[in-house]
Amino acid sequence: MTTSLQAGPAVTAGPAPTSRRPRTTGTGRKWLEIGLFAGPALIVFIMFVIVPVALAAVYSLYNWNALGPLERFIGIDNYVRALSDPLFLRAIGNNFTILIASILIQGPLAISIALLLNRKLPGRAVIRALIFVPYVLAEVIAGLSWKLLLSPRGGVNALLEAMGLGDLTQPWLANPDIALWVMFSILTWKYLGFAILLMLAGLQGVPEELHEAAAIDGANWWQIQTRITLPLLGPTIRIWVFLSMIGSLQLFDMVWVTTKGGPVGATNTMAVYMIQYGQGQYGYGSAIAVILFVISLAVALVYQRFAMRRDLAGSMTTGVR
Amino acid sequence: MMNRRAPSRWAALAVASLTVGALAACAPTDDSASEGDVTIRWWHNATSDPLQGLWADVAAEFEAANPGVTVEVTGYQNEDLQRTLIPNALQSGDAPDIFQVWPGGEVRAQAEAGYLKDLSAVAADLIAEYGGSVKPWEVDGVQYAMPFSFGITGIWYNTELFEQAGISSPPSTLDELEDAAAALKAIGVAPIAVGAGDLWPAGHWWYQFALNACSTSVLQQAIPARDFDDPCWIQAGENLEAFLETEPFNDGFLATPAQTGADSSAGLVANGNAAMEFMGPWNSGVIGSLTADAEVPPWLGWFPFPSVPGGAGDPTVTMGGGDGFGVSANAPDIAVELLKYIHSAEVQQRFAATGAGIAAHPAAADSLEDENLRQIADGLAGSSFVQLWLDSALGPEFGNPLNQAIVNIFGGVGTPEDVVKALKDTAAAL
Repeated sequence: MTTSLQAGPAVTAGPAPTSRRPRTTGTGRKWLEIGLFAGPALIVFIMFVIVPVALAAVYSLYNWNALGPLERFIGIDNYVRALSDPLFLRAIGNNFTILIASILIQGPLAISIALLLNRKLPGRAVIRALIFVPYVLAEVIAGLSWKLLLSPRGGVNALLEAMGLGDLTQPWLANPDIALWVMFSILTWKYLGFAILLMLAGLQGVPEELHEAAAIDGANWWQIQTRITLPLLGPTIRIWVFLSMIGSLQLFDMVWVTTKGGPVGATNTMAVYMIQYGQGQYGYGSAIAVILFVISLAVALVYQRFAMRRDLAGSMTTGVR
Repeated sequence: MMNRRAPSRWAALAVASLTVGALAACAPTDDSASEGDVTIRWWHNATSDPLQGLWADVAAEFEAANPGVTVEVTGYQNEDLQRTLIPNALQSGDAPDIFQVWPGGEVRAQAEAGYLKDLSAVAADLIAEYGGSVKPWEVDGVQYAMPFSFGITGIWYNTELFEQAGISSPPSTLDELEDAAAALKAIGVAPIAVGAGDLWPAGHWWYQFALNACSTSVLQQAIPARDFDDPCWIQAGENLEAFLETEPFNDGFLATPAQTGADSSAGLVANGNAAMEFMGPWNSGVIGSLTADAEVPPWLGWFPFPSVPGGAGDPTVTMGGGDGFGVSANAPDIAVELLKYIHSAEVQQRFAATGAGIAAHPAAADSLEDENLRQIADGLAGSSFVQLWLDSALGPEFGNPLNQAIVNIFGGVGTPEDVVKALKDTAAAL
C-alpha cells in the first residue's frame, strides 16, 4: 500500500498535461511511446521482411543470374514458365496433399492421444516426454536418421527381414509410388508431439467442473468428450490447424535432407523446387518465392476469415489494449 | 574580420594536407609486395587433408616470402562454395581475392559480369606452360582462371569382386559391360552404383552416351550455340534407356546420394556392396574416406568408359573437367602472384604427390604416385578432345532441368525427347 501511494504522485510529477493543451500533448506522447516501443521492431521488420519480399517481387520480373546487373526485364515470363512446368505443379500438389493429410490424419490422432494422456495413467509423464522427443530433435538429424533407416540396406528393411516379412521390404524413399506417404509418415512422427502438446495445453483450460456436472447428469465418457471437451478445445484445434497449414505449405528442410524432392519429383515441394531451380536463375527462383508467398497468404487469410473469426475477433483488426 | 576568415584558412590547410597525404599514397614503389600490409582472401573447396593442409602450407610459404602479406585461406564444401558463397560474395561487392572457378558456363557467367581479372597478359608465361588444359577457363580468347586439377571421368571398380565374378579384364565395349553386370549380379553384388538422388551422377551417364552418339563437331558447335536439333541428342537417351533395361544399377538408386555416407553410391563401392561407379577423378579420395580405415582400398581399379557401338562419336573424345582458381577483378596485384605460386610446377608436383587429384600442370604428371590417377592421366593424354561435363559446359541454368529430365528416364517416367525438350526450353528461357 505504501508503495502504491508513493508511486501515485511520481507518475503525474514533471511536465504533466495542463488544461490548456490536453489533446495535443496526450496524442504526442502516445505517438512518442508508440515510436519508442514499436519503432526499432518496425525498422527491423521493414528491413528484413518487407524489403526482401518487395525485392523478390521485383527480381521475379527479370531474367537474372545474380551475377550481372538487373537489366533483362521479361515481365511475367517467369510466372508463366513456373505455372506451366509439370514438376512445379506437382510440387504444389504435394504441398496440398501433405496439408490435407496433416489435418485429416495428424489432427484426430493428436486429439485422441491428448485425450488419453489427459487421464490419470501410470507413467503418463514418461509417455508425454517420449512423444515429444522427435519434435525436439533437430530437423537435419531426424531426416538423416530416417534416410539411413529407410535406405534399401537400412534398419527398417532389416527389421522386416528379421520378422520374416521379407516380402514387404522396399527401397522406401526411392519408390515414387509411396515416397510421398513415407515422407508424410516421417513428418507425422516429427510433428505429432507438438500437436499433442498444444492439445494437452488446451485441455488444461477445460474446467473439470463441467465434466463432473455432466457425469452427475449421466453422460458417459464419449458424450463428455464430444459434447464438452472437443467444443471447448476448438480454439486450440483451430490454431494448430493454422500452424499445420503454414508448415505444410512451406515444407523444406525434412524433404531436402531425406530426398531433395526425389525420386523423380515424388516428394518435391514448392520450397525445394525454388532452391533447386532458382540456382543460377534468381529471377525464376524469386517468382517461385512470390508464388509460394501468395499461396500461403491466401490460405492464411481465407482460413482466418472463415475458421478463426471468433478466435481472433478484434485482436487482428482493432488492436489489443 | 580575422575571426571570420579563420575557418576558411583551416579548411585550406586541411585540403592541402589531405592532398599531400593522397599524393604520398599514390607514389610509385619499387617493391609492391613488401610495401604496406595486404591481406589476401583465398577460398577453395578442400575441406579435408591432404589438400586442405597443402593449401594452408602454400599460403604460409607465400606469406613468408612476401613480408606484409597475410593470406586468409578457407576451404568450403564444393557445391556450397560454387553455388552460394561465391555468387553472394561477388554480388555483395566483397569478393575473396582468389576463389574457385568452374570451367565452361560458370567462368563465362562470372567473366561477363566483370568479376574476374584478365590473366592473359599478367600470367602469360604460366598459361604457356600449361598448354591446352587452360582452354575451358578461357572466354572469348581471354584467360580468366587457371586450372589446378584436371581429369577425365571413368569407371571405378572393385578388382576383387571382378575376380570373384570371373571377369578377366575390364570391359571395353558396352556389351562387355552388360555381361560383366550380369556376372556380378550372379554373385549377389549390385553391379553399378549411381547416386541419382543427387541428380548429376545420373546426368553423367546421359552425357557419356551423348559423347558416343554425337560427332565432335556437333559437341563443339552445338554446346556453345545451345542448339540441340541434331538427332544424336535423342539417340543418347535411347541408348541410356536400352542400357537401363538391363537393370545394372543398385537397388533404390533413385534416392541414393553420391558421396555422403555408407549408403551413398561411393559408400556402396567402398563397402564392397557394389562393384562399379562411373565418376570423376576425385572418386578414389571419396571412396577412401568412406572405408572403415579411411584409406584408399588396394582393390580399387579404374578403366575408361567402354565404347558404344553405332554412334557418330569419336572414341578418343573423353568427358571430364577440373577445378581452377581465378582472381577477383578488384584484387590487389599481389593476388596474381599468389595465383602464380599456387599454379607453379613445384606446388603442382606436391599436389600430384598427395594423390588428392590430377594436377593440371604438365610438369606434375610424373609426380602422380597413385596407379589409378596415373591411368586417368594417361587417358587424358590420349584424348583427342575433352568434353566438359555438360552441366558445367552449358552453364549453371542448365544443371537442374537437364539432370532432372535424365533422372526421369532413370525412373521410367521420362523419355529421350523430354531431355532434349528440357535443354531447348532452358536455352529459350535465357
